[in-house]
Amino acid sequence: MEVKLCVPGHIYSVTEDLDSCDKLRGSTTLAINFYLYLERYRPKGKKMIKFFLMVNKQGQTRLSKYYEHMEMNKRTLLETEVIKSCLSRSSEQCSFIEYKDFKLIYRQYAALFIVVGVNDTENEMAIYEFIHNFVEVLDEYFSRVSELDIMFNLDKVHIILDEMVLNGCIVETNRARILAPLLIFDKMSES
Amino acid sequence: MALTIVSQIFPREMIPAVLPLIEDKLQHSKEIIRRKAVLALYKFHLIAPNQVQHIHIKFRKALCDRDVGVMAASLHIYLRMIKENSSGYKDLTGSFVAILKQVVGGKLPIDFNYHSVPAPWLQIQLLRILRLLGKDDQRTSELMYDVLDESLRRAELNHNVTYAILFECVHTVYSIYPKLELLEKAAKCIGKFVLSPKINLKYLGLKALTYVIQQDPSLALQHQMTIIECLDHPDPIVKRETLELLYRITNAQNITVIVHKMLEYLHQSKEEYIIINLVGKIAELAEKYAPDNAWFIQTMNAVFSVGGDVIHPDIPNNFLRLLAEGFDDEIEDQQLRLYAVQSYLTLLDVENVFYPQKFIQVMSWVLGEYSCLLDKEMPEEVITKLYKLLMNNSISSETKAWLISAVTKLIPQAHSSNMVEKLIQEFTVSLDTCMRQHAFELKHLQENMELMKSLLPVDKSCEDMVIDSSLSFLDGFVAEGLSQGAAPYKPHHQRQEEKFSQDKVLNFEPYGLSFSSSGFTGRQSPAGISLGSDISGNSAETGLKETNSLKLEGIKKLWGKEGYLPKKENKLGDEIEAQAIPQENVIMENVDQTITKKDKSQSLTQSKEEKEKQLLASSLFVGLGSESTISLLGKADNISQFRKKSKVKEIKSGEASAHSMTGSSFSSLSNESYEDYYLDTLQDRGDKELIKKISFNSELLDSQSLTELPVVEKLSSCSLSAPSLFADSNMEIFQPSQSTAASVASEISLVSSLSEDPTEHLRSDLKEVCNNETISVSFYKIWKDDCLLMVSSVCNKSSSELKSINLEIVSAENFKITEQLGSCLPVMEAESTKSFQHSVQMEKPCTEGILSGFVKYQIVDNHSFQLEFSVTLSLLDFIRPLKISTEDFGKLWLSFANDVKQNIKVSDSRAALPSALKTLQQNLRLHVVDIIGNEGLLACQLLPSIPCLLHFRVHADVLALWFRSSCSALPDYLLYQCQKVIEGS
Repeated sequence: MEVKLCVPGHIYSVTEDLDSCDKLRGSTTLAINFYLYLERYRPKGKKMIKFFLMVNKQGQTRLSKYYEHMEMNKRTLLETEVIKSCLSRSSEQCSFIEYKDFKLIYRQYAALFIVVGVNDTENEMAIYEFIHNFVEVLDEYFSRVSELDIMFNLDKVHIILDEMVLNGCIVETNRARILAPLLIFDKMSES
Repeated sequence: MALTIVSQIFPREMIPAVLPLIEDKLQHSKEIIRRKAVLALYKFHLIAPNQVQHIHIKFRKALCDRDVGVMAASLHIYLRMIKENSSGYKDLTGSFVAILKQVVGGKLPIDFNYHSVPAPWLQIQLLRILRLLGKDDQRTSELMYDVLDESLRRAELNHNVTYAILFECVHTVYSIYPKLELLEKAAKCIGKFVLSPKINLKYLGLKALTYVIQQDPSLALQHQMTIIECLDHPDPIVKRETLELLYRITNAQNITVIVHKMLEYLHQSKEEYIIINLVGKIAELAEKYAPDNAWFIQTMNAVFSVGGDVIHPDIPNNFLRLLAEGFDDEIEDQQLRLYAVQSYLTLLDVENVFYPQKFIQVMSWVLGEYSCLLDKEMPEEVITKLYKLLMNNSISSETKAWLISAVTKLIPQAHSSNMVEKLIQEFTVSLDTCMRQHAFELKHLQENMELMKSLLPVDKSCEDMVIDSSLSFLDGFVAEGLSQGAAPYKPHHQRQEEKFSQDKVLNFEPYGLSFSSSGFTGRQSPAGISLGSDISGNSAETGLKETNSLKLEGIKKLWGKEGYLPKKENKLGDEIEAQAIPQENVIMENVDQTITKKDKSQSLTQSKEEKEKQLLASSLFVGLGSESTISLLGKADNISQFRKKSKVKEIKSGEASAHSMTGSSFSSLSNESYEDYYLDTLQDRGDKELIKKISFNSELLDSQSLTELPVVEKLSSCSLSAPSLFADSNMEIFQPSQSTAASVASEISLVSSLSEDPTEHLRSDLKEVCNNETISVSFYKIWKDDCLLMVSSVCNKSSSELKSINLEIVSAENFKITEQLGSCLPVMEAESTKSFQHSVQMEKPCTEGILSGFVKYQIVDNHSFQLEFSVTLSLLDFIRPLKISTEDFGKLWLSFANDVKQNIKVSDSRAALPSALKTLQQNLRLHVVDIIGNEGLLACQLLPSIPCLLHFRVHADVLALWFRSSCSALPDYLLYQCQKVIEGS
């Protein structure tokens, strides 16, 4: 089987190839070796932000956005593990966690955790503050944002996030500009 | 909105369709649309960089956009491009610095501020770009010192985001060409971080320290206490980062403590990734700085038992190699080995302890090789222990193979063989065929003690092996087979073709499944053969037949011809199979098994065998790894350098062995999952060749040189084809006139002397690429049929003599450069001109590439100067007409998979075809194959030999271009060139 090194953002992924390879060989150990091999040769450091999660204290995911392809069942697995590791940390411990080969940066707002997965080329503190920026934008739009706002206006939150993060890069941090397209939409739907 | 979607999900195939639309949007009046367009282009750049190459100039425009948002968006593209090729964008450093200065100075609109810090993320992005640009480049770095100083000063607000900027700043300061003042300031900043009570900042500080410490270890001393504090920090993440820091400052003195700390952490953590990572680091450190034997062995024991089976296969391999080859000092070696054996025996004495498989494998190898060093311990006892392990159910069959080979090695030294017989009995009825084979081999060896002793000498694992991989000892056998009417052996691809043709003729629908599987195994089994034959030099049974011709020794002689011969026979034909049975009495069972099952449940057995094979292969490879004869000699510092050196070799030998292994099957194998092992072994082999220079086999070397042969041939033919040219351009031309006049005059005369040549090659005008008061360098290109020749003439304008002139072209990514004439001259007289020649080949298609190089020279008083220059080469320099007939064109056309189509509008439809053809022929050097009605066929090739075909049709005022090539990127580039040429005409 020809293995293409995955192009970032492209839908092909290692895991898919891995599965088909697994079926062919019928051997899991091979698949693991294969995977490790790919891991080694996969171009590193292309994606800065790997995923963006909003999870509440009960472990329910409110919003999830992935900038790297990942299978559905793996996502749920990842989300539960991520929230578990976030909950296990106290306030005097630092807000960065090493998880597998990437880093988690989390921030807690009342009962809601915002977790961002980044690779190790990213500046942790910048992301930490970026989370806060994101919440400030939500706050401005919903005026005192709450978990319910996010639950019932998921589409809008997604639009905001898309304005701010694209292809794993922070692309906009200016509050007025982030909200501009959204406000136009609102005006259109009103009229 | 549509633009947002474009930048989120977009298939690369559709880019050409929408690219013009998006380019239009770059001029839109609304900033948000411009910004989105830039981001969409960024996405395109991510997924298919070559398709947006021609709009780089537009990115520059975006960078200078009057709106900050658009500019910020373009930074993403630049960060990516600079990461790939920092030298190409040095000229932009000034603009980036200016932008950063404005941002830091607060010149942005107020709404970009975040907690009264101006656009922090933008600053971070810019700092990152500067870091990449300034790396190891003094001149560029000097440009940014001021602004970095400024940002360090400005970022004094006590807010998290300023710390983020500071961190990035410090990182940049330490990455670029150092400046003392800034370094001091940055160091002070780090102090602020590390001493901060806030845990997040402390973490960041540690991270910054890790960067910094590689350049300036003394800084660690300043923060000694903090580091120690962090080491006992309750937060494991902080601890982890501290260990990372310690890893960087490890030396021979502090190794014991640091490794101790690491192991402590290792015992607490459960995360698999951390374990793999940390274990690798410990092993590396232990190899580098181990203070004494006992410590080393104990540490490695800890590593193996904690790391378990997840550790990287390199670690045990390196460890065993170290043991086998030893240090410089023989006595020390013995002690080390002795200590290892002793510690393993004590470990094995402990009851009811579970060790990871890898650890047991290591143990069994060491015990097998070196337990003879023990005086008091009898081999029987060791065998008993190994036997106990063998009977353990939790041990994998791979490990069992290791164990049993250790036992085999020990048997010659043992006196009584009760245990051995028991073992043989046990395993001759084993369900595992691999184990059974071992047992049989062991049994036969046992019957012939003499042979066994000669085969398995004591402690000889480091001697060279001579492996006859051409299988000459099988020639007789094959000849015999042939004389009896067997079909000759067909190489893999031939068989494959035949199989395909069979498939086509008889479409066995119901057998589809088994066919595919047999096709699959057909692909696999030659690998098995080559494996088998490769190792067969080791094979004990071969030894029986040809004991004199092969010098045998070491371990792992257990598999080989016997195990795989049956399969070879399968290929050779039934006649030999029948014949083989009486011959191969040793593993009759195996043969029977294969033959009887072959017809019925082919797919079943083969897949099973395959697994075994892979298992075997993996254990073989591991074995090879540990046996290979590299003298790393304990000075483990070499290891890393060594790797680098052998890297190139590794690839080559990868190719080479793929060839030598009877057909390309091995490379198909290599595509598969245990390439890990494969690479490891190849690397070992590469090393082997590198050092010992033993001819691993002649074939391997042959095919290695074969891969380079075409190039070499070309080069030589190139130099042969135009000897007169060379002679001329090499001619020294003396000019008695003034210095400046001299250079001009000499250029002219050079050109004229060249133009007198009866050469048919085209060439470009002479172009000066760099000069100063003493020297000037000019270049011109000669488009030869088989390469691009860069002729550079170096002119000495000064009135004094220059010494040791050296002109070098730095090898660039996409190009392959070969020196034609020596690029070094000892002396150059005043006011003279000399020429150098380089032939250049394009290895990977790209529209344009920059070759940079430098001239070094010495003036009489021994001052040495260096002058840098760069030359731009375009794809067209490497395009040559491909002269083929229309029929060939048709054939080739069908065989190419990559095609690109494009329509171009032309104004005058009547004259379009001939004129377009003419322009293409003239400007792009395409060969016009044929013109049929309103269609045209053109062909060209990218040197050395990548053909590209162009089909060409005029329809009303539209030119339809259709490219096909065997190379995927080439049509894109050519299309772009064609467009340019046609639109320009």
